[in-house]
Amino acid sequence: MTLPETTQLAGRRRARANGWAGNALRFLVIIVTTYLGLLAVTFFIGRVIPIDPVLAILGDRAPAHVVERTRELLGFNKPLYQQFYIYVRDALTGNFGTSVLTTNPVMADIRRVFPATLELATFGTIIGSLIGVPLGVLAAVKRGSIADQIVRVIGLVGYSVPIFWLALLSLLLFYARLKWVAFPGRIDIVYEYSFTPVTGLYLIDSAWQGQWDVFRDVFRHIILPASLLGYFSLAYISRMTRSFMLNELAQEYIVAARAKGLSESRIIWVHALRNAAVPLVTVIALSYAGLLEGSVLTETVFAWPGLGLYITNSLQNADMNAVLGGTIVIGSVFIAINILSDLLYRTLDPRTRAR
Amino acid sequence: MSEISHPAPMSRREWLMSDRPQSRLQARLGRAYMTWRRFSANRLAVAGLGIILLLILVAVFADALAPHSPVIGNLAGARLLPPGSEGYLLGTDDQGRDILSRLLHGSRLTLLVIVLVAIIAAPIGLLVGAVSGYAGGWVDAVLMRITDIFLAFPKLVLALAFVAAMGPGIQNAIIAIAITSWPPYARIARAETLTVRNSDYIAAVRLMGASPFRIVLRHVMPMCVSSLIVRVTLDMAGIILTAAGLGFLGLGAQPPLPEWGAMIAAGRRFILDQWWVATMPGIAILVVSLGFNLLGDGLRDALDPRESGQ
Repeated sequence: MTLPETTQLAGRRRARANGWAGNALRFLVIIVTTYLGLLAVTFFIGRVIPIDPVLAILGDRAPAHVVERTRELLGFNKPLYQQFYIYVRDALTGNFGTSVLTTNPVMADIRRVFPATLELATFGTIIGSLIGVPLGVLAAVKRGSIADQIVRVIGLVGYSVPIFWLALLSLLLFYARLKWVAFPGRIDIVYEYSFTPVTGLYLIDSAWQGQWDVFRDVFRHIILPASLLGYFSLAYISRMTRSFMLNELAQEYIVAARAKGLSESRIIWVHALRNAAVPLVTVIALSYAGLLEGSVLTETVFAWPGLGLYITNSLQNADMNAVLGGTIVIGSVFIAINILSDLLYRTLDPRTRAR
Repeated sequence: MSEISHPAPMSRREWLMSDRPQSRLQARLGRAYMTWRRFSANRLAVAGLGIILLLILVAVFADALAPHSPVIGNLAGARLLPPGSEGYLLGTDDQGRDILSRLLHGSRLTLLVIVLVAIIAAPIGLLVGAVSGYAGGWVDAVLMRITDIFLAFPKLVLALAFVAAMGPGIQNAIIAIAITSWPPYARIARAETLTVRNSDYIAAVRLMGASPFRIVLRHVMPMCVSSLIVRVTLDMAGIILTAAGLGFLGLGAQPPLPEWGAMIAAGRRFILDQWWVATMPGIAILVVSLGFNLLGDGLRDALDPRESGQ
């Protein structure tokens, strides 16, 4: 190897290291600015929009000295930029203030209610993916047929239906009329005190402890809200699966696979779906994030004691700390899922790997 | 003899489809005609258009169409009557108000929300996107970071927080929804701008001494409008659902306004025995947002065949 070649190689290697570091740095900048933006918006909502945040907390009948003391206590007499600095510092350590409604630190409340939402959204995404992906594949393979039309209509209705209304009607049908599912809530009051959750995910906890009667009860509670959220994400997942599959089925390697004499089902489910799965991961991750949001309305209808119900309850009681804390947590999960799905896409798709 | 010098008279259709338009008007009408032909071939899209036109007509003529007052009910004689009762086609609610009349009047609120959100959010997105794409450099970087920050937000939750701070009411709900819906438009406008900013006609305009302001406003933004219209139409259903969700949580239009989401919330208490109170407004929401989705899909296929999922 001659000298110029080696230096060239070293140069290229350095460039690659720079590229990697540059990518990581850009990623970091994106994460930091997005999170700061999130905090800036919630700060704006909590401190700038209300004419006087102290009055918002105390009401307008509080005596002047109480107002002054509270203002000092909460640091609202400082200039805005200092307030923002304190706000960011507190938020980074997970301190979102105290909930007026429950008198607990907001973070403690959120930690208590979050597993319920997590369990619901996860179960919903599983249902949505398990049904949505095969439906999308079916629609793509039988393109233009009755099956394709039906899948399209299912998806369109899923996009167009108000989820809280569907939730109410399904409660009417499956709980009140057919008695297939349990009363709104997460667990029957009978088990409320005999069952000690560990992770907060009741399905896993009860199965882990071998309490199958509890498991059955929890399942009867979760199945309806999770199915509704699942339908919500199914609409999106099946539509995207269809378009990804159509894209793959038009490729030449499919023709080659057919020419080799592979069975049609193998071509569809192994060859085509495998390639369609790469962008699908992103779609499923995004719909998971969407379910966290969709749970706000669903939880209200099903009295599901999760983050959504916590936020709406706090809203009704003008408990801004709790509302903004919940917003920040959901926003953070959104950002995290976005970044994770991006990373996952990069590792799964060989074309986007750094050469 | 003068007849010979004129070309053979064309049918109106041939005039529209001519590939050598004689005037700017003919070219424009011809393109609109082609788009309409592609659009009207899609029966579902036409159905969607029909639903939206019906919504507009109902909103305009709500006073004439509604058999009863939307806010004043008959508490003594007509509480919670089932659908099909004498004079009350869709039944009455707990205040003895005719549900059909409330739905007809509620279409005005729905229309108000979507029109105002579109009027506020689309120009913001268009401006941010076009400026960002045309300017490039640090302006682009900063504007797109801000856009991404808003995109990273869960829309409904952010709208909830905004309304919580500003106080419930239909104006605040509209503002909150508009604030949360402009970022995708900025993204689209930027992408469109990037495809035209290096084209020859922009260079020609620049050579003629047009200011960047004029270029963006007169020569870049019009190019973004068609894809923006498609996206706004597709988003309408989401806007309606968000507004209904806010109404359902009691943060949108306040009673006694006949907002469909709030009507569902009011009917929730009677769902077990008087199912129609909550069911009817939900059907209205479903039909209207279905209409917008069908229309949006059809428009996308007609205006931009590349983007369609076919």
